[in-house]
Amino acid sequence: MRGRRAFLARLAALSVLVPVRAAAQGFAGLATEAEGFTLPRPDPTFSFPADHGPHHDFRIEWWYVTANLKGPDGTPYGVQWTLFRSALAPAEAEGWDSPQVWFGHAALTTPERHFATERYARGGIGQAGVTAEPFAAWIDEWHLQGETLSDVAMAATGPDFGYDLALVAEGPLVFHGEGGFSVKSDAGQASYYYSQPFYRAEGRLLLPSGTVEVTGRAWLDREWSSQPLEETQEGWDWFSLHFESGERLMLYRLRESGGGAYTAATWIAADGTAEAVPDGYATAEPLESGEVAGRQVPLVWRLRWPERGLDVVTRPVNPNAWMGLTIPYWEGPVSVEGSHDGRGYLEMTGYE
Amino acid sequence: MVLGALLSGWRRAPLQLVTLLAGLALATALWAGVQAINAEARASYDAAAATLGEGRFDQIVAADGGAIPRETYVALRRAGWLVSPVIEGRRDGVRVVGLDPLTAPGGLGPVDLDEGEVGAFLSEAGAVYGRADALAALGDVAPAKVVAPEVAPGTVLTDLRVAARLLPEAGIGRLIVADVQPLGRPALEEVAPGLSLRSAQGAADVGRLTDSFHLNLTAFGALAFVVGIFIVHGAIGLAFEERRPVIRTLRALGVPLGPLMAVIGAELVVLALVAGAVGLALGYLIAAALLPDVAATLGGLYGAEVAGSLSFRPGWALAGLGMTLVGTAVAGGGALLALARMPVLAAARPRAWAMAGGRRRARQTAGGLALLVLAALVLWRGGGLVAGFAGLGALMLGGALMLPPLLDLALAAGARTARRPVADWFWADSRQQLPGLSLALMALLLAMAANVGVSTMVSSFRVTFERFLDQRLFADLYVQAEDGEQAARIEAVAVAAGAEVLPRVGVEATLAGQPGEVLAARESAAFEANWRFLDAAPEPWAGVWAGEGVLVNEQLARRSGLGPGDRLEVVEGTGLPILGVYGDYGNPVGQAVVGEALFRQLYPEAEATQFGISGADPGALAEGLTSQAGLPAGAITDQAAAKRFSLAVFERTFSVTGALNVLTLAVAGFAMLMSLLTLAGMRLPQLAPVWALGLTRARLGRLDLVRAVMLAAFTAVLAIPLGLALAWVLLAVINVEAFGWRLPMILFPWDYVRLVLLALVAGGLAALWPAWRLARTPPAVLLKVFSGER
Repeated sequence: MRGRRAFLARLAALSVLVPVRAAAQGFAGLATEAEGFTLPRPDPTFSFPADHGPHHDFRIEWWYVTANLKGPDGTPYGVQWTLFRSALAPAEAEGWDSPQVWFGHAALTTPERHFATERYARGGIGQAGVTAEPFAAWIDEWHLQGETLSDVAMAATGPDFGYDLALVAEGPLVFHGEGGFSVKSDAGQASYYYSQPFYRAEGRLLLPSGTVEVTGRAWLDREWSSQPLEETQEGWDWFSLHFESGERLMLYRLRESGGGAYTAATWIAADGTAEAVPDGYATAEPLESGEVAGRQVPLVWRLRWPERGLDVVTRPVNPNAWMGLTIPYWEGPVSVEGSHDGRGYLEMTGYE
Repeated sequence: MVLGALLSGWRRAPLQLVTLLAGLALATALWAGVQAINAEARASYDAAAATLGEGRFDQIVAADGGAIPRETYVALRRAGWLVSPVIEGRRDGVRVVGLDPLTAPGGLGPVDLDEGEVGAFLSEAGAVYGRADALAALGDVAPAKVVAPEVAPGTVLTDLRVAARLLPEAGIGRLIVADVQPLGRPALEEVAPGLSLRSAQGAADVGRLTDSFHLNLTAFGALAFVVGIFIVHGAIGLAFEERRPVIRTLRALGVPLGPLMAVIGAELVVLALVAGAVGLALGYLIAAALLPDVAATLGGLYGAEVAGSLSFRPGWALAGLGMTLVGTAVAGGGALLALARMPVLAAARPRAWAMAGGRRRARQTAGGLALLVLAALVLWRGGGLVAGFAGLGALMLGGALMLPPLLDLALAAGARTARRPVADWFWADSRQQLPGLSLALMALLLAMAANVGVSTMVSSFRVTFERFLDQRLFADLYVQAEDGEQAARIEAVAVAAGAEVLPRVGVEATLAGQPGEVLAARESAAFEANWRFLDAAPEPWAGVWAGEGVLVNEQLARRSGLGPGDRLEVVEGTGLPILGVYGDYGNPVGQAVVGEALFRQLYPEAEATQFGISGADPGALAEGLTSQAGLPAGAITDQAAAKRFSLAVFERTFSVTGALNVLTLAVAGFAMLMSLLTLAGMRLPQLAPVWALGLTRARLGRLDLVRAVMLAAFTAVLAIPLGLALAWVLLAVINVEAFGWRLPMILFPWDYVRLVLLALVAGGLAALWPAWRLARTPPAVLLKVFSGER
């Protein structure tokens, strides 16, 4: 579901790049032309670990981790660590002249509190960046790094919270869409999109009340593109769910300004085997909305994928998981009940 | 009808109307002018704080004052220090400030991350933002120039990358520290040794200094306002007294008191608004004329940039009009109240009003004495700038209130010397007129005293400053090098020519908990021969050369309460005894001087780029430096030019107070003229019998002229001690609080003689026209006095 991050990222990227945020240009102007930037092509061939690193000729890119955690007393927690890259030009340069802009979001959600903070950095000077081997993604003192992407330390701090987790992958990478070519609209907008949904997570959270030891599951989304949204697409609702059966689901729903939606999904078996479907197979339907940060946001969702026998309802661990950052959105952990029980993460953008 | 009846009063007495309007307009003009200057300066400081973060955020600088390497910046960020780099420098006389919009604390700079404008800021082309004049001065350096009035004057803002291009020599000069920092940061010295954190308080100190300057201006504006209100008070009081018959008639005709008072009140409001508008226009002109000098002063003395041109602020105009209304209410409230309480059939007694006698004088004397005692108490016990100014205000007002009783004593003494009837009458008549003239004379006293006080302060400052320059600027040539390499060449060339080279090298440092600087002194007999100390241990220089002690400037000594014998921590862990305290006029920050050897040990990185050089033949030396060390001629300044430049800064500093002084004196002269003109009409009943007894009209006119000059002379003589008291407060209280140094008070008797003469001229000029009118009064008018017309 980090796909939505994609959007998010773009949106963030765009708001960095584009002076005017006109409705006609889609959410946060993500739907702009891609002058000079490379566009994703179907049938990609990925090369690892190089593709874990940055692709400067694409306009936007992100490394997006969410984790569903539990404390010793069973209290559910959620953690987000995201690094976005947004290019002013399809190039990289050493020093102040670099056209690459980086920004990071970090959040920590408890049933009662939600902490979120952000960082910005310019490329070219080492304040932020990603290297593929050994793998390291960082902005300021925040980092996601290890020998390989399968075994990383993830840490971030804000003025009133922090976390430090070890993530170990227990399954393979999963490619969304057609082998990692993920279509975002009927008009053909697309991105490269793969995930590592099998992290086991362990570490500690730093809260105003003290330190909490936690364990749980984490999910990494990698996505890059140059023009990911259709002009009429206003925002998205993006789910990444871990079921108790060991299976996983990624589902995103891109909302059209006319009221329609484009919904794609990937079913991930416990062994990592994946089936990705375009629009028309799975659905997400808001059941209940609530007021969050002064706006109406759908909080309870019903997800269905009849061919997979899926019919579940998701509820937020903390409805007030609003990311009141430069680019505001809702992102937080959810619990899942119905045909499949489990937990996961939900990101919703465009509810401004 | 009621209105018509009331307005007819003004038609009959146009002089009163003019006095009232002119008094209000002048009072408003000086007050509003000063406020306009202050508002412009504050707007400039705010712009600096808003766009540059000055005074708002802590800053990190290199301890040796040099550039901060980019790697150090990145290391700090990666350690969790939320800091933002600034590259700044001057180009074409414009301050170029390069910010990183991505890391600058929220709201800093001309663009807002939220608004997406940051794209233009960061875009390939590179835009510069500033006021139109700064952009124009910068020349053709960037493809996009964006006019941004909110940017501080004389400054352009741009992205770090563009600034790095425009200022190839400058590195990161400072790091802005965000207010909110993440948890678990390591200490600064662990990550980046050699950097020091300077709290926002440091910059606020400059704010405190400029505040004192503005308080100074405000005090002047208030003084002028008070003088103006004195005039208005006199005019309104008299006008109302003369209106009593009209009001009596109106009341007798059945006009109720309430509406009548409302009409009179409205009339005053209208007059105040008209006069206020004229005053605002005048004030704007005054401010526009003075602002360039104020801007130069603030720039030269405090390093604060202020726009040189004035913008119109509606808030300022409203506040100015408000002050006019308040002044009118203060000046006219009493008279209005007296009218309201007047018995319906009371007679008009304008002369009695003007001459109101003994009881009021006794009250004034008591009040004046009380204020003088209060002034002494406040100045003795109070601390701080505000107490200083409050004491000053009490002193001036008390002095003014004491003037009429003192003048009365003087006139009584004069009367005892009279041997002939005319002289006897002259003294008696003068005493009679005193109450009517006392307000004008008090205004004259205040203006004179301000003149004496301020000119004493400025002249004392000038003499001290010149002596100080002679002590300090003893080298023949002052040379500015561009970098360390050129500096080394300069030294080599000069030493080869047999000249003595004294490098000026210093670093910014925290001294006794406050921002300051540490300077190095190279062992030289010239220091021992030229420097004078305010307070020192024996043989201070010997200790400095040996690295066993430190010299501090007066500012540092006063602020920290340290003196010779105390220890000063120059760098952490290095405490040195203070060997001497020297005067350091014109410098806002604390300073310490150590011997060069010790300095090199403490700050091995610091490089000297300024030198004082003395040799047998300065001309040849300068030539050698240009030809052999490759120094541009502009980088060499001779001693005379350096002194000229320093004095020019000084002169501009006080040209503003000088101008205000002259304006205040002019207002006082005007008050005197108006009072004399008013009195002239009322004195006929006294003069007619004297004329009938044989004194000619011309002689009467001459006597009036003499009387005015005599009263002005008495006032001027009394103004000198008051002015000297004022000077003492300025030098010994206000200066110490505002600048951190105390100046010796030097008397300038010839200046005071000149001022007394000026006062005589002012009094004479003010009396000339009334006296001339008296000499031309038709005999028929004088005769009417006896026909029972009055």
